[in-house]
Amino acid sequence: MNPLDGNAMAGDLRELFTVDVTAARYTCAGCGHADAVATLILWGQEMGQVGRCPHCTDVVVRVVQAPDRVFLDLRGSVRLELPLAGS
Amino acid sequence: MGIISRGFGGRRRESIPGLPPGQYLTHDFPVLSAGPTPRIPLDRWSFTITTETGAKSSWNWTEFTALTSEDVTVDIHCVTKWSKLGSTWRGVSLDTLLAEVDTAADYTMVHSFGGYTTNVPLEDLLDSKAWIAYKFDGEDLEPEHGGPARMLIPHLYFWKSAKWVNGLTLMNEDEPGFWEAAGYHMYGDPWLEQRYQGD
Repeated sequence: MNPLDGNAMAGDLRELFTVDVTAARYTCAGCGHADAVATLILWGQEMGQVGRCPHCTDVVVRVVQAPDRVFLDLRGSVRLELPLAGS
Repeated sequence: MGIISRGFGGRRRESIPGLPPGQYLTHDFPVLSAGPTPRIPLDRWSFTITTETGAKSSWNWTEFTALTSEDVTVDIHCVTKWSKLGSTWRGVSLDTLLAEVDTAADYTMVHSFGGYTTNVPLEDLLDSKAWIAYKFDGEDLEPEHGGPARMLIPHLYFWKSAKWVNGLTLMNEDEPGFWEAAGYHMYGDPWLEQRYQGD
C-alpha cells in the first residue's frame, strides 16, 4: 500500500470546513515542522485518513468518516493556520 | 391476491453462519496500513509486558518462539466490513504470556513497532481468546500482515489485532488507542456492530 499526499484529504475535510484546508499550514506536534496540509504524507485507507509529517513521520491529522459523522483528530498538530477568504 | 416471494431479494447475509451483521465474506486478505510497514529483524524483536506498577516481563524472539504455541482456526472481522472465515494461525496464547504476571489491572494497551496502539480489556486477552501469532496459513507471517508477530483477538474487530506487536501495558483505567482516539469504538464487538463511538 503506497501513501498519497495531503491533497487527497480535500474531499473529507470539505465536509468539516468551508475553506480548503489543504492550503492551511499545520505545525507538527512531534518536530515543529510547519508546511501546508497538502504536503502531508497521506495513508488513506478504508478505516480513515492518516496524515503524517513528511519531516518526522509522526501522525499530524486523522480523519474518520462514519456513516453519519466525521471525526477529526488533530492532536498531532500544534496549530492549524487557515488563510481567510479574500486575504 | 398477491403472492409474496420470500428470498427474491437475494441471499440474506444473516443466513451465512459465522458472519456478523453488516459484514460480507472475502477469501482475500486485504491490507490496511496507517503508516509505513516496519521491517523488524528477528534479532531486534522483543515483546514486553509492563504492569501498572512498572514491573516488566520481556521475551526475545528465541525465547518467545520457544514458548508453547497453538494452532488455531478462527473467523476474523474487519470494521471495514470484510470477514474471513476459517483462517489458520499459529501463535502463543496470551494466557501463557500473562501466567506469571502479577497484576490487579483491568485494562491493557497493545503497542506496536511504528507507534500503533489499541486498547483491550484484560479479560478479553485471557481464557484462550487471544494469541500473539507468528504464522498464517502455515507460513511465517509476512510484514504486510504484521510479521514477525501480530496480536490475534478474533472476537473483536480486527483493528484490535495489532500488527507488528512489541508490547502490552497493563492499566487501571481504560484509555483510547490509535483508532479509538479518532472516533472508533472503545471495545469493538463485531456481533454488536460496535464500529464507532456511541454505537
